Parts: sequence; structure tokens; C-alpha cells
Amino acid sequence: MTTLDKTTDEILQLAAEHFKVPRERLSPSDDFFKKLGINSLQALDLLTRLEQHFRIELPDYELQGVSDFRTLAERIQSRL
Amino acid sequence: MLDLRQYNCLGEALRSAVDRWPDEICLIEADRDRENARLTYRQFKEAALPLARALQDAGFQNGSRAAIIMTNQSKWLISAYAIFYCGGVLVPLDYKLTADEQLKLLAHSKAEVLVVEYHLWRAIAQAHNFGHLAARLVLVTEAPPKAELHGAKRWEEFRDAREPVFVRRTRADAACIVYSSGTGGRPKGCVLTHENYLEQCVALTSLYPFWPGVRYLSILPTNHAIDFMVGFIGPFVCGATVVHLRTLRPEYIRDAFTRYKITYMTLVPMVLKALEQNLRQRFAGLPAGRRKMLNALIAANRAMTRGRPRLRISRALMGQVHEAFGGELRALFVGGAFTEPGTLQFFYDLGIPVANAYGCTEAGTAITVNDLRPFRADTVGKPLPGAELRIVNPDAEGIGEVHVRSKTVMSHYLDEPEMTAETIVDGWLVTGDLGRLDRTGHLQLFGRKKNMIVTEEGKNIYPEDIEAAFEGLPVKEFCVFAANYLWPARTMVGEQLVIVLHPEQGHALTQETIANLTERNRRLLNYKRVSGYVIWDADFPRTASLKIRRIELAEQIRNKLGREAVVPL
Repeated sequence: MTTLDKTTDEILQLAAEHFKVPRERLSPSDDFFKKLGINSLQALDLLTRLEQHFRIELPDYELQGVSDFRTLAERIQSRL
Repeated sequence: MLDLRQYNCLGEALRSAVDRWPDEICLIEADRDRENARLTYRQFKEAALPLARALQDAGFQNGSRAAIIMTNQSKWLISAYAIFYCGGVLVPLDYKLTADEQLKLLAHSKAEVLVVEYHLWRAIAQAHNFGHLAARLVLVTEAPPKAELHGAKRWEEFRDAREPVFVRRTRADAACIVYSSGTGGRPKGCVLTHENYLEQCVALTSLYPFWPGVRYLSILPTNHAIDFMVGFIGPFVCGATVVHLRTLRPEYIRDAFTRYKITYMTLVPMVLKALEQNLRQRFAGLPAGRRKMLNALIAANRAMTRGRPRLRISRALMGQVHEAFGGELRALFVGGAFTEPGTLQFFYDLGIPVANAYGCTEAGTAITVNDLRPFRADTVGKPLPGAELRIVNPDAEGIGEVHVRSKTVMSHYLDEPEMTAETIVDGWLVTGDLGRLDRTGHLQLFGRKKNMIVTEEGKNIYPEDIEAAFEGLPVKEFCVFAANYLWPARTMVGEQLVIVLHPEQGHALTQETIANLTERNRRLLNYKRVSGYVIWDADFPRTASLKIRRIELAEQIRNKLGREAVVPL
């Protein structure tokens, strides 16, 4: 498993826990807005949870234009 | 407050303001729990004037256009002040647009100067149409020390200590070019004059006054018409304080209320709803006895504030709730999209008045505002002082199209005389919204006549603007509509877009085409996506120049298909 795959996997796990959905329902290419039925504020809430987990700080604008887990993982990976 | 009748332009009023209250705190910029900046009006002036002088040295002059693309922060206001000081025309652009869209609007506005945050500039410089950027001076804020600037200059270093020359404009001159739509289709650049803004400011502050010591919490970017007025011009001409928070995360918004003892704040319905849900959850978690007590206090507050807000009584009754909002909150402003009456009533019953407003870019900031005397959750308030409203072609229930006449209505659409003539008819602005004025003069809204939607984040989405994303789809033709335009519904919440697909003759819509459609849809920003598709088996009616006759097509679809024909994506 590459580092990016590992980061993506951790994000999927955390998203599943945060929004109380089964982990197996989520995949890296999923549009998280649609799959989780969330709005941009709830996505920011997830970002806060990810910051705590990865011990990094992600400005709100890092989420701009991002809607799938894989791209989100890339944004996080670049700050690790 | 300054007497704005004495001023001819925003630059003049703002210049008086910074001299009138030199020692009052003007700006605070917070990022999460950190404070990045705190400036008095004197310090604000000292930051802005060297920038104005450097702009003038670079040839920026009376009537020159300068665009700002920034998130919510203090440098936005400092830059805008410098631009107005030089007699410039401001082009506030939405930082959430894609780089391609921003470049398109920059070209249309003919902005000579661009002020932009580094991370946004990086995206613009990577866009395929970057070569078309015509601005001759780009100032980038907060660029890392060794960053590649692609020919831009650092905002922080672009200074000249010599005194700039103040340039006065007339009331009829353009102050701002604000785009209400057109990132995909024809750009609608609303040319708003100094008079539009000065008159709007007088009207709004007559209902909701600011004064030195008032702290306004700004979470919306200043390119947003409401924040430009109530988070910049309004507080400045009254010597109040603007607190910028550079994040939208609810936990930091809650923290900012208590840390800065906020007086006013503007939100879009989505954020207001998140605050409501958070409070409802907390109330639901209270032990049964305390919950009962809370409900009794809410009922008492509701009874005592029926005619008008009574802040002292509400704060005494609902002490803990008000403390959570800092203890000094007077009102929340909500606009940009329709807010559900239940949400407005929830806050009002807690003693936190929410002044909902209705407006559009073409009319300045607001057309109507809830004046809270009495609070009417089922309406969007009464017309602002100086605004006349009429309901055109009302039906049996009195519902018709809302037209407005006011000194706040824009001058025209930039370079679009035909579109202007269709929108401003005999001095009346045609809003495209459907409403009814009740006997007390309150406006109630019942949907739209125009083909567009507004999201709960306050984003106006025009179908023409997103059609480019579907170019090349393997169908004979397609067209995007607001679902409520095809099938009128008396609501302004939960609005959605649908795409009408006309497959090639003899070909059914394949799974590949649907997958292609889904993928293109996914690439759009989440609030711009279509929610479903409709299959249509006849040629679209077209003009001689082959443009789709949208009104006619919508009528044909409406007559043949119902809303149940939409296949969700």
C-alpha cells in the first residue's frame, strides 16, 4: 500500500465513523457530498476531524473544488 | 454616523470616516483562535495610503478598474479603500469561482489591476487561458518567500510613502462592477454607482444603526454584496469595528461570538441552519426538568416580544443562550437565499432577532428587510426606505412578478444594452421573482419566474452558465433548466437543476452516455450540479441563429411531461 493509499484509507475510515455509515460503502473515488449527503459546512466539520487525526492544519480553501476522497487525500498528503 | 447626503462618492465618505475616528478599532482579523491583525482607523489609513500612492505611480487613475479576488480578510478592505481613494472602479470577484471563470470575468471587466491571494493566483496561473489575462499589474498577498509569482508583485511590498492624490468621483459614476452571473454564458456585470451604495447605506443603517463600539462579525467574503455593505461601508461610515474570521467552521464562529462580544453578524441560510441544529441538539440533551424550564422561558419571551424585540428582557430570560453568543448580540442578518420561516422563528423566540432580507445584485444589496416591528417570519420584510415595489400581473391570490424602483438600482449591465433594456423597464427593475405584498406592506415570496436557482449557500446559478460542462455529450442536443421553471412550484427552498437530453434519432440513451453525464456533472462544483435528467424525443425549437428558444422548449416540456419524468443522477 502506498502512502497515499494509506492516507486515503484512513480518511475513508474517519469519514465513515464521523457520519455513521458503514466503511465498506465508501470508496476513494466517491463524491463525498453525494455519498454522505452532506453540505459544504459538514464537509468542513470532517476537515476538522481529519486535522486532529493527521495533526496538520488545513485552511478552508483546501476543500475548494474538492469533492472526492482521493483528491482530499492528495491535499492532506502534501501537508504531511 | 457620517451624514452621507454630504458625500458624492464612497472614497470621500471612507476618507472622512478614517479621519473622524482615528483611535477606534476598525479591523480585527482572526484565523481560528489566533488574531492576525488589529488596526485602528488611523493604522488602517496608514496601511492603505502607501498602496494608493503606489497604484497611482503605476498609472492607476480616475475610472481605472481593479479587481479583487480574496477570501474573507482585512487586506480586501485595505485594497478597496486604496482603489476608491484613487477614483478607481472596483470589480469584486468571487474567490470560489474556478480559475477559468475568474479569467473570463477579468477579461470582460477589463480590469487593469488584480489584487489576489497567493493560493488563488497559483490556480489562475495554471489555468489554460492564463495567457489571456489582460491586467497589467497583479498584486499577490501572502506569497511564501521563494514562491514563483508569474510576473506578479508582492502586495506587502507594493508601497510608496509619499502622499497619494485623492480623486473625487460624482454620484453617477461607477463604483463597482459586480457580476451576478455569466461565468458560462453572457456575463452580467452590474454597474453600481456611488449613489447606489450611498443611498443603500443610508437606508440600511436607518433600520440597523452602527456606532463606535459595535463589532460586526464578518464570515462571508467581502465580494458578497451583503458583506460589502454591512461588513465594510456601513460599519466604516459609523466608526464601528469589523471582525474578519478566516474560517467558516462552526466551532470557531461560536468562539468568535464570545471572544469579540459581537453585536451584528450576517449569515447565509446554510450557516444559520447549522447554528439552529447545534442549539436544538443541545436543548434536546438537557435533563427533562431543565428542558421544561427552557420551554417555559421561550414561551414567556415569545409573549413579551410579540410586538418588537426587547433585548434586555430576552437577555434576562435566556441568559445562558445569550452568553453563548457573547451577550451583546443585537441581531443576525440573513440573506443571499430564502430562509425557512421555522428557522427565523426559532431564533426570534430565543430573543435573537434574525433580520432576513430580500434583494439582488441589480438592486444594490437589499430591496426589503424585516424591520422586526413586528417580526414576521413568513415574509421577507418591508421595502427599504426609498424603495418602491409593485406586483405586476397579479393572479387571483395577488401573486405576481416583483418590480422595484429605487435609487439603489444599478445603472446598467456592462456592455449589454439589450439585456439592460430587458431588465430595467421604464425605471423599474424586473426581478423575475414572484411575490405578494400583504395589507401591512410586507413582501412574501412564492418562487421564481426566471430560469435560475439560488442555493442555501446564497449562490445564484443560471443554467446557461453550467451548460459548457456538458458540451460534447453524445446526444443530439441538450439544455439545462431550473426544475421549478419547467414545473412552477411555490417554494424558494430545495431548488434544483435538471438537464433535458435529446438523444440522436433511433438511438436510446446508453449506460455509457449516462456515465459520461454523471462524470461531467461530478466535475462541477457541488452546488452547480444537475440533480437529474429528462429524456426528450423532439427537436428543440431554435432561433434563426440556432439558439435554443428556452421559453418555448420549457412550455413544450411542461405540457407533455411532469416532474416525475426526472431521472435522478
